[in-house]
Amino acid sequence: MSRFEYAPAPESRAIVDIKSSYGLFINGAFTEATDGKPFKTVSPASEEVLAEVSEAGPADVDRAVKAARKAYEKVWGPMAGRDRAKYLYRIARLIQERSRELAVLESLDNGKPIRESRDVDLPLVAAHFFYYAGWADKLEYAGAGPDPQPLGVAAQVIPWNFPLMMLAWKIAPALAAGNTVVLKPAETTPLTALAFAEICQQADLPPGVVNIITGAGRTGQALVEHEGVDKVAFTGSTAVGRAIAKTVAGTPKKVTLELGGKAANIVFEDAPIDQTIEGIVNGIFFNQGHVCCAGSRLLVQESVYDEVLARLKRRMSTLRVGDPLDKNTDIGAINSAEQLARIRELSQIGEDEGSERWSPECELPTQGFWFPPTVFTGVSQAHRIAREEIFGPVLSVLTFRTPQEAVEKANNTPFGLSAGVWTEKGSRILWMANQLRAGVVWANTFNRFDPTSPFGGYKESGYGREGGRHGLEAYLAH
Amino acid sequence: MTTTDTGVDSLADVTSSEDRLRRFLLGLPGVDQVGAEARAAALSTRSIKTTAKAYALDLAIQMIDLTTLEGSDTPGKVRALCAKAKRPDPADPTAPQVAAVCVYPDLVATAKFELRGTGINVASVATAFPSGRSSLAIKVQDTKDAVASGADEVDMVIDRGAFLSGRYGLVFDEIAAIREAAGEAHLKVILETGELVTYDNVRRASWLAMLAGADFIKTSTGKVSPAATLPVTLVMLEAVRDYHESTGLHIGVKPAGGIRTAKDAIKYLVTVNETAGPDWLDPELFRFGASSLLNDLLMQRTKLATGHYPGPDYFTLD
Repeated sequence: MSRFEYAPAPESRAIVDIKSSYGLFINGAFTEATDGKPFKTVSPASEEVLAEVSEAGPADVDRAVKAARKAYEKVWGPMAGRDRAKYLYRIARLIQERSRELAVLESLDNGKPIRESRDVDLPLVAAHFFYYAGWADKLEYAGAGPDPQPLGVAAQVIPWNFPLMMLAWKIAPALAAGNTVVLKPAETTPLTALAFAEICQQADLPPGVVNIITGAGRTGQALVEHEGVDKVAFTGSTAVGRAIAKTVAGTPKKVTLELGGKAANIVFEDAPIDQTIEGIVNGIFFNQGHVCCAGSRLLVQESVYDEVLARLKRRMSTLRVGDPLDKNTDIGAINSAEQLARIRELSQIGEDEGSERWSPECELPTQGFWFPPTVFTGVSQAHRIAREEIFGPVLSVLTFRTPQEAVEKANNTPFGLSAGVWTEKGSRILWMANQLRAGVVWANTFNRFDPTSPFGGYKESGYGREGGRHGLEAYLAH
Repeated sequence: MTTTDTGVDSLADVTSSEDRLRRFLLGLPGVDQVGAEARAAALSTRSIKTTAKAYALDLAIQMIDLTTLEGSDTPGKVRALCAKAKRPDPADPTAPQVAAVCVYPDLVATAKFELRGTGINVASVATAFPSGRSSLAIKVQDTKDAVASGADEVDMVIDRGAFLSGRYGLVFDEIAAIREAAGEAHLKVILETGELVTYDNVRRASWLAMLAGADFIKTSTGKVSPAATLPVTLVMLEAVRDYHESTGLHIGVKPAGGIRTAKDAIKYLVTVNETAGPDWLDPELFRFGASSLLNDLLMQRTKLATGHYPGPDYFTLD
């Protein structure tokens, strides 16, 4: 009897219409860049060039900020909350209508499996717009004072791991609160943000309320430094976050930073074992580990270490790595050659430090950027792979003996974005949640998001919160 | 408890007294309901097409226990069912045979006669099916009757009342007694998971049945709602996988009741493949207790071969 080999099940890309080149979306229209060089965005799964994108130079940044300022003063700021809500609802519905197209585009440009862009990203993107649309006419009840006011123009710089979801996290609360925005998507994943620009046009959003400018670090820097900006919101690496904090220090700009993480995923001996294994897998291999709150440090109680490891390896052997557009793919492509190089470098360091590296047998495509799901055992707190964010499908496994030790090890990191606790004991979950210095503590689950739930970090994971009422507060003066 | 390093010897040990058995079952790792259901839902999004679909459809047909369990069953009804089992699709002789025909004990002889020489097994529900509420002596006699009439497989129900009140030793002894009465016949133990309700109970009952000598663990009688569900089957597949790791023994799994479409059946096969592993993709180790499923599998099979859906009248009723 032959084995059950799943036939390829690729999602058709015919639904997506990618233009050969894109301008900058400023003041409600796509315009040519005036002082930047165009650059290419590629599919990380095949290295195929998808489109040419404009780079916004300082003059373009200035145009975008001025358009946003004008829209803020003339239209969006004075507009009644209930009317802003209508636009946001309209955008949310358009996202739902075009969700299949957006999911395919996201998987093409980012390399993430269509299963995740379709089932996780897009539903959350629409949910964020719906959620904040509901707040737009109820700002005085958000807990930010009796008469909260928008800040003005928000400069928003987002990363490449969840291009459209990060856009939603940024734009939805900003617009609901009455701000206008200039958003810069990451240089490797600009396409869904540009598709979102089309959605703004489709929704008849007044010109200048949302401006999308593409480019790399230089563009982002010019945007953050621009004196016409009232608020800076950034999600990305700790290094860039630190630079931004220095830039805005001493200015009246408000700032929120969502930075890196090295989350502890803590497994106690009484954990629901099979669901724990799923949670570990979801914690680190979701989106190829390109998740700032990824559970990249697995802390296992020594009494169940062998069993957890054996089960984890067996489960990892069933992960399907390959074409992101295949509906059966669990792990897609690494987003860029640079990121792949970094993952390789840190993994090599892990080996050099004496940790044991293991990956299931899996054939990787020859084109594109790929890294197999990997687990390191024999890791201790002193190893670099236990301290530095790898931002890839690489898990470090450490052990502990008592709940106290688990807390100490989990907190012994410069980061503090998230943590996971796996145990059947309810009282221990509550005790751990109080002890762990992390913005989010998941109990018997991991990487679960909801627009109503605030998200953000401690220490080097940044400051400020996104999502929920708290996310709204970050865009209000009071 | 650590299932991976529990050998056969120590498992024999846990059944040496009711107290040990109880402690063992209560010490099994818990099942998180939300997580188990999320996993089952994720497995059901696998997309099975073309060659994989053709393979899955034929495999599913070969895993069917074609069943009639009505008070109104007659020899004539059973003969018709056996004819269908032998040749599911009269229009297409390449359609495979089903695994077994499942009937009440008094109709085993009829089915046995009709299926002689075909390799199709006769399964019989015994042990005061479906409630199981009679004395052990009657259950044993019911089983012996079925086997004496030629049943190759016996589907027994566990005493859910005893299980839910924590009398695990009683349930164990009963399964062991039926195991003995069934002799050479394969023993399928029906847990009636719809009445056990929690996944923790499902996992405990699975282990209890395996320890007591089950060859198969089966979700439902089909007479209680909910019958088979994907998360329950997932938990049972995890149990047989872990039991195999402890003992080297392969125990089968049979979801029964409520699986009506080829699409559903394929979700179960994917779950088998990715939970217990490809070894279990075999009628010896996985069965569907379903009758209406067969026609949908045949219809999808014809669709795959011809590109068109035939109408329901192109397939036989039974």
